[in-house]
Amino acid sequence: MLLYIRALLLLALTGALTWVLNTQQGTVPPMGKFLSPYQGFWRNGEADDDFPTAQTLSLPGLQQPVQVRFDDRHVPHVFAQNDHDLYYAQGYLTARDRLWQMEFQTHVAAGRLSEIVGDSRLETDRFFRRMGLKHGAEQSLKVMMADPTIGLVMQSYSDGVNAYIQSLTPRTLPFEYKLLDYQPEPWAPLKSALLLKFMAFDLSGRSDDLRMSNILAKYGPAVVKDLFPDYPQREDPIVPVGAPRDFTPVPVPEVPAAFQAALSSKVPQNEPDAELGSNNFAVSGAKSATGFPMLANDPHLQLNLPSIWYQMQLVAPGVNVYGVTIPGAPTIIIGFNQQVAWGVTNVGADVLDWYQLKFRDASKREYWHDGRWKPVRRQLETFHVRGRPDRVDTVLYTHHGPVVYDEDEKPFLAETPIRHALRWTAHEGANEVLTFYRLNRARNYQDYTTALSTYASPAQNFIFASTQQDIAIWPNGRFPLKWRDQGKFVLDGTDPAYDWHGWIPQAHNPHVKNPERGFVSSANQFSAGPEYPYYIGWDFAPWDRGHRINERLITMTKVTPDSLRLLQNDDLGVNARTVLPRLLQLVQPRQLPADQRRVYEELSRWNYRYAANAIGPSLFELWYPNLVKRIWDDEFGSTPEQPMRYPSRDRTTTLLLKEPNARWIDDQRTPTRETLAELAQKSLQWAADSLTRKFGPLGPEWRWANQKSTDILHLAQLPGFGRMDIDCGGGAGIVNATSQRNGPSWRMVVALGPQPRAYGVFPGGESGNPGSRFYDDMIDTWRVGQLDELVYLTSPTQKHRRLQAAWTLQ
Amino acid sequence: MMLFLLIFLGAVVAQLVLPWWIVGPVAFVLSFWRGQTGGRAFLAGFSGVGLSWLLPAAWWQVHTGSILSQRVATLLPLGGNGWVLALVAAVLAGLLGGLAALAGVWLRQAFRPRPPQPATADASMAAK
Repeated sequence: MLLYIRALLLLALTGALTWVLNTQQGTVPPMGKFLSPYQGFWRNGEADDDFPTAQTLSLPGLQQPVQVRFDDRHVPHVFAQNDHDLYYAQGYLTARDRLWQMEFQTHVAAGRLSEIVGDSRLETDRFFRRMGLKHGAEQSLKVMMADPTIGLVMQSYSDGVNAYIQSLTPRTLPFEYKLLDYQPEPWAPLKSALLLKFMAFDLSGRSDDLRMSNILAKYGPAVVKDLFPDYPQREDPIVPVGAPRDFTPVPVPEVPAAFQAALSSKVPQNEPDAELGSNNFAVSGAKSATGFPMLANDPHLQLNLPSIWYQMQLVAPGVNVYGVTIPGAPTIIIGFNQQVAWGVTNVGADVLDWYQLKFRDASKREYWHDGRWKPVRRQLETFHVRGRPDRVDTVLYTHHGPVVYDEDEKPFLAETPIRHALRWTAHEGANEVLTFYRLNRARNYQDYTTALSTYASPAQNFIFASTQQDIAIWPNGRFPLKWRDQGKFVLDGTDPAYDWHGWIPQAHNPHVKNPERGFVSSANQFSAGPEYPYYIGWDFAPWDRGHRINERLITMTKVTPDSLRLLQNDDLGVNARTVLPRLLQLVQPRQLPADQRRVYEELSRWNYRYAANAIGPSLFELWYPNLVKRIWDDEFGSTPEQPMRYPSRDRTTTLLLKEPNARWIDDQRTPTRETLAELAQKSLQWAADSLTRKFGPLGPEWRWANQKSTDILHLAQLPGFGRMDIDCGGGAGIVNATSQRNGPSWRMVVALGPQPRAYGVFPGGESGNPGSRFYDDMIDTWRVGQLDELVYLTSPTQKHRRLQAAWTLQ
Repeated sequence: MMLFLLIFLGAVVAQLVLPWWIVGPVAFVLSFWRGQTGGRAFLAGFSGVGLSWLLPAAWWQVHTGSILSQRVATLLPLGGNGWVLALVAAVLAGLLGGLAALAGVWLRQAFRPRPPQPATADASMAAK
């Protein structure tokens, strides 16, 4: 009997151990399944010779055979015989390399992360649902699917992704699914739309409306006008001042009587990073060495692995385009074909506003607008939290948009109810994919402007060059037709005068074609000068990058692709060049202790270049922000009860250079009266002390690359799956915008001509598989500012020394 | 020795087509059938199943240049050493195989305390 009990107990123990090893335990993966060399992660490792150099894959639904060739960076060059097959193959091949990334990001955008990782991300999910990303994606999807061309593109792409998903086995499942222990679900066109809305959030999801309302309430309109002006002192706008206007402006709405929002205590958390920005520039044939225009683009985004972009060449009747796609969305977003090249940078226009609401009663079923009570639409959002029961959340929708921040759902803060509705261009249904579909096929300026006409969000500076010798740039998107400063502060949600009143006619968006100076450029600065007849925003990126690009382009002649590459890697700090001489002048070096005097001398010798080995930037990038904080924090620092913001860098510069006696310099929290010189000296000492604590006495260890420490992290921030402490220069506000976590996510230079010659690199690789050499094989090329020549084929049988594999899909 | 070989081969073949946890039933059934003493059955199960993981893991380690195992060994964390990870994985699987084999022989002993005494060469070798 004892023998039986002993045996059965052990059997039960063995069974339990099996179960434990086959099941995710908290965040620990199911170890047995995961570590098995038969089906676990080992099978995701890729040796170089594992990649078939020739194979034929049978895929359901393809109409005709598709030829695919892979080059030595594993970029697929796709030759299809019709649109259906082209986008089907794009979906299939992208999923083959990036499925997990595609699905993960759409889960984030759709507010479904907690389905994968459990209730730790439920608040993130609630936030994205309440911001209405899915709502916006559904609106756009309706418009896109109603268009026969784009409907086909979206559906074919989705079918291609699904063909890959259906081919997966437990062994071939991408690594992250094994680690996090879940399965991919079928793809759908909505997911592609969600990705575009996610980009819209990343690029236009910020707002300072509530902070500005708080500042207005505390300091009044005169201070706001002085410290937060609608146009900076130093600016170099995208459309040059004085460029001729080719449209007659429509009347803008009247400014309503003054409204001041009630003081509010919260702004939405999880705002996208302010450092996101981008550069693009194009020079005319007259300025280039070849006599044809050249174009460059480098969008700056968070540095992640798998890479944000995926390179592809797509060829079918009527199209032969090369460039980068967003994994999960069809067409090429930034690229070139035989006749044209185009690129994008973000427009920092104000396309997101908050409306203060007045509900009839606590039930919030009706809100006051235009002299009557209007019904609130209530949308239930269900969260399938992994390992927990479902959660349901109610989101209120007004005609403005969703009520994102609804304090009444958190009883512990019920005494300060905040009821703001969000109005945002990303909620508008629009056919952005049609824009890119047309750009992929564009042959001339006319095609380009036609393509831009349907684009809504996120607004982008579309730069353009063609073999017909045209260069142009359009800050383009759907911009609300506003009265001046509408949306600079929180808006009155009860008065229709505060509603958005239609759109700036698309043809009136700022633009310039073939300007006299022989180049066009953008770096997220103001789209146009003060003479532009419409109000599109008051706060754009500082002028630093844009001004530096322009001052260099003005002097360039006989431009080659390499000159543009070098310009993308320019590391001069305009802000340092502008204010450092003044800061050094404010400090009396003789009053400094010996070690700090050496620091002062080091800074005096600095040439304002953010090189990896330079010590100047390590010091200046601590000194300057600390000084700014000492100047503004006592008046404009944020508290949880009253979030505010500092005046812009431009305004601070004016204060530093010209207003040494401004009332803002004194620290009101101390009884003594501080001077600018005292603040400058204290903040320099603070900077030197910080670096001494971190790296020891002044020496080579203080180099900028050490202090900045650029990291490229895995999308799920898995230790061991990113690339840390990358040795490179650049920084925020520098043309080479490589900061700690953000940077050029794709650098491209295109020289148009009888045959386009193009160069590009991104900080990662084509494969999303961390077990592949192609996961991060381009990082070192990117790090040192080099570019790969891009293989642009004109036929599927073309010989090229860099082609490595030829597949047929049928 | 024979039981070890049987479990090793059985585990390898079964895992080619079935999920990893089939090693438990394989070790259990084979040891129920051919197991002698508890200690030797455990050892046979541990080493048979363990090797059925260690050898292929080592092969993938070499074949793929350990790009991925290094990352996983950083994540887990095992100091970024893919070989340590292969060993840990093999011990984990071996432990399960050993316990299953022990359970197999114990259950057989429960209703037939003496091992079978067939005249085949295999069995007599295994009994030595």
